This record gives sequence, structure tokens and C-alpha cells, in this order.
Amino acid sequence: MSDSELKVEKITRGIVIDHIKVGNGLKIFNKLNLGELGKAIALLINVPSSKMGRKDIIKISDVLDLDLAMLVLIDPDITLDYIDEGKVIKKIKLELPNTVRGLLKCRNARCITSAESYLESIFYLVDSSSRTYCCHYCDEFLKV
Amino acid sequence: MIKKLVNPLDLSIQEYQHLFETGKTIYESPQNFTQLANSKILATLFYEPSTRTRMSFESAMFRLGGKVLSMADTSSSSVAKGESLADTIKTISNYVDIIVIRHPKDGSAEVAVKYSSVPVINAGDGAHHHPTQTLTDLFTLYMYRGKVSNNSFGFCGDLKYGRTVHSLITTLARYPEVNYYLISPEELQLPQHIKNSVLEVNPKATFNETSQMEEVLPNLDVLYMTRIQRERFFNEDDYLRLKDTFILDKNKVNMMKKDALIMHPLPRVSEITYEVDDDPRAIYFEQAKLGMYIRMALISLMLGLNTNR
Ligand SMILES: [Zn+2]
Repeated sequence: MSDSELKVEKITRGIVIDHIKVGNGLKIFNKLNLGELGKAIALLINVPSSKMGRKDIIKISDVLDLDLAMLVLIDPDITLDYIDEGKVIKKIKLELPNTVRGLLKCRNARCITSAESYLESIFYLVDSSSRTYCCHYCDEFLKV
Repeated sequence: MIKKLVNPLDLSIQEYQHLFETGKTIYESPQNFTQLANSKILATLFYEPSTRTRMSFESAMFRLGGKVLSMADTSSSSVAKGESLADTIKTISNYVDIIVIRHPKDGSAEVAVKYSSVPVINAGDGAHHHPTQTLTDLFTLYMYRGKVSNNSFGFCGDLKYGRTVHSLITTLARYPEVNYYLISPEELQLPQHIKNSVLEVNPKATFNETSQMEEVLPNLDVLYMTRIQRERFFNEDDYLRLKDTFILDKNKVNMMKKDALIMHPLPRVSEITYEVDDDPRAIYFEQAKLGMYIRMALISLMLGLNTNR
């Protein structure tokens, strides 16, 4: 069976997470707990792409609030297509959030967050082109 | 009112200036301030030993007429029983009016601020910040020069890991006409990110790097000496070879300007020979004394006390 023979139906209403780097599809699926939403979801892995060679795609058959901060931290290049009545009504290119709480872990072994486990990690974006964040507590840089 | 001092950059230049003026007033007439903090209590929470810093704060509080509670050895207290920093701070801030904390972990002072109901002063959080040392250094300049700007600063020693040096260099960047002379072994040069943050604030700042002290000594208005620690080197030979190159002795001091200032955060090991101590340009013990007076000013202002009487 060739790639082109694998077809997944278009959704009439919902969200398509597109241009996912191969390998990140499953990661997004798990991190966002998409399997527990009770919606029809398609996770396509290693799909041929004219732009990327290969990519992953996730189709969700409903419009719901996704954790955009988590999404962009996993894969900065993905796009979101919001679909209604079979048409794309909105396209979103994700941007790195200025503040990230709880999702990142400081790599500085001397950081207080490594010793006091109840502390929620807080990171501030310092440079979006190099995807660099800075720990609120110890100022250590972290590239995401 | 200043509610926290965690990072030297928490204070504006105006707040520094206000502190310097208050510190100078207290220094010149300490007898007027012996009852100022009469009913107040300061806690020193030292999770690692630093005798001189703790004594400087405690002496400052006593000289203001205030009282001091000190956490006993952390190995025998509730901390050793596994109490979190958050719980310790929440509890102790009920007992006192201001907290001074020293802790081995980077960012610990920021956690103390988060959970404290009273003002917090960072007396050193790991390798991160030690703002009252920076405050002391700037106050010393203010007292000797009347201002902080328009100086050529030499920094000598471990510029790679030295927290004191990083804090002072980045804070000085906010003043005009600052030139930096960086004297260190190649292995211990100032990190690029510190230079970047200086240039961001002060694009006109200049850096002159050398491993030969003698080359730059005649240019300096201020020489800030620091220790080179043995544990920074992989082998003993490198350490011994380099440590001797960065020792300030009488011969080197003679190459300096007549009105230059020689500073050191103390404790000294061997990087300044004892013969230098008698030179009028050597002001490091006076610097330690001024540190206590500026801490008196800081405590007063953070407690909201009226120092203008
Ligand atoms: Zn950190």
C-alpha cells in the first residue's frame, strides 16, 4: 500500500493541528491527553508533505480549548486550522508565551526549585528567536 | 518603601542615592540613631555559615536599638527535620519585623519574599546574588568619591564565577562613564552574557581584558580585588602558577595613581600582601565598616522608620 492510499476523512467541524514534526504527533497526543476527550480524533504519523518531506497531523472533531503554551513548547512550527462547515475559518501560527508556569523545569542543579518540590516553576521569555527562557528564581537560561 | 532586596537591580538609582545619603548621615552621627529601631526585631536565617555578613547585619540592628533573633544551627532546627523553606518563612515572619536570609540555593531569597509577610533582605543565595555586598561597594565609592560614575574600574581575580564581581559590574553599568579593566587568567574571564547585559544598559561602556595586571594598573581609579579559589582549577600546578600572577603587592601598588582606591569584599586569602594594608589607598577594612552603616540605612528604610530627625 502506498502513502497516498491511506485516507482519513475531512472533518466538518473541529481543529487540525498541522505541520507537526515527525515524532511530535504522539507526544502532543499524550501531553494534551487527547485520548481522554471523548471526541473522534485522528493521529496521522509520517504523512508525506510538500513543505516538510514528512509530517504528523492531528485532527480533532470538535472545537475546544487547547493548551497552546504546551503545544508551542513541544513544537514551535505547528499551525492550527479551525474548521467549520468543512471550511477553514481561522488559521493560527503559535507564538511562545511570555510567561510559562509549571511546564518547564530548571536545569540549574543549585536552583531552589530543585530542592523545594512544591514550587511551581516560572519562566520568562527573554529571546524568542533563540527560544530562550529565564528561570524566575535563579535566572538560569533554558532553550526550549 | 523598599519591601525586598533580592537582586542589586531591585533598587533604582534614586533608591541607591537615598540609601547613600541616609548611610552617610548615620555614619557621621550614629548617636542620633541608637533608639530608631527600638521596638523592632530582625531575624537572621543563615542556612550556611557566613560569620562576617551575619555579624554585620546583627551589629547594624543592635546599633539602631533593635533586637535580633538568630536561627540556631540549621542542622539541629526544624529545617533539619525537613521543614520546607516556605513553612519556615511563613512561621518566622509572624515573629519578626524583617528577615535577612542566606541560603546555599540560587533563587532561595525570591522564595522567601513570596512567603514572607515582612520585608526580606537577601544576604546571599547560592551563586546568584549578594546585593548588600554591592550596596556596600557602591556606598564605599560614594563616601570616598562623592559619586559612583566617571571611574575606570579594575576587577582582578576570578571574574568567571565571582558573584560579587558580576553584581557590581552590572550595577555600575547604570552609571555614566564607566570603563572596565578586567584582569584575570584566561580560564576565569568574565562571561559574555555579563558583558552583554552591561552593554544593553550602557552601550558606551568599554571592556579592556588582560592577564597582566601591570599593564593596566596606572589607568585605574578603583581596583577591586577578589580571591581565586583552588577548586576552580583542574590541577594544582595551574592554580599555583596563576594565583601568584594575580597577587597585589607593594611594587604593583606603586604603579597605581596616587588617589586610586583598592577594594576587596573580604575575606582575603593571599591575593593582597599584608604590606599593602598600610597604604592609604587600601580601604578594604573601611569598606567592611561602611558595609555595616549602609546596612543600618537599609534596615531603617525597609522598616519604614523616619531617619530625618
Ligand atoms: Zn532556576
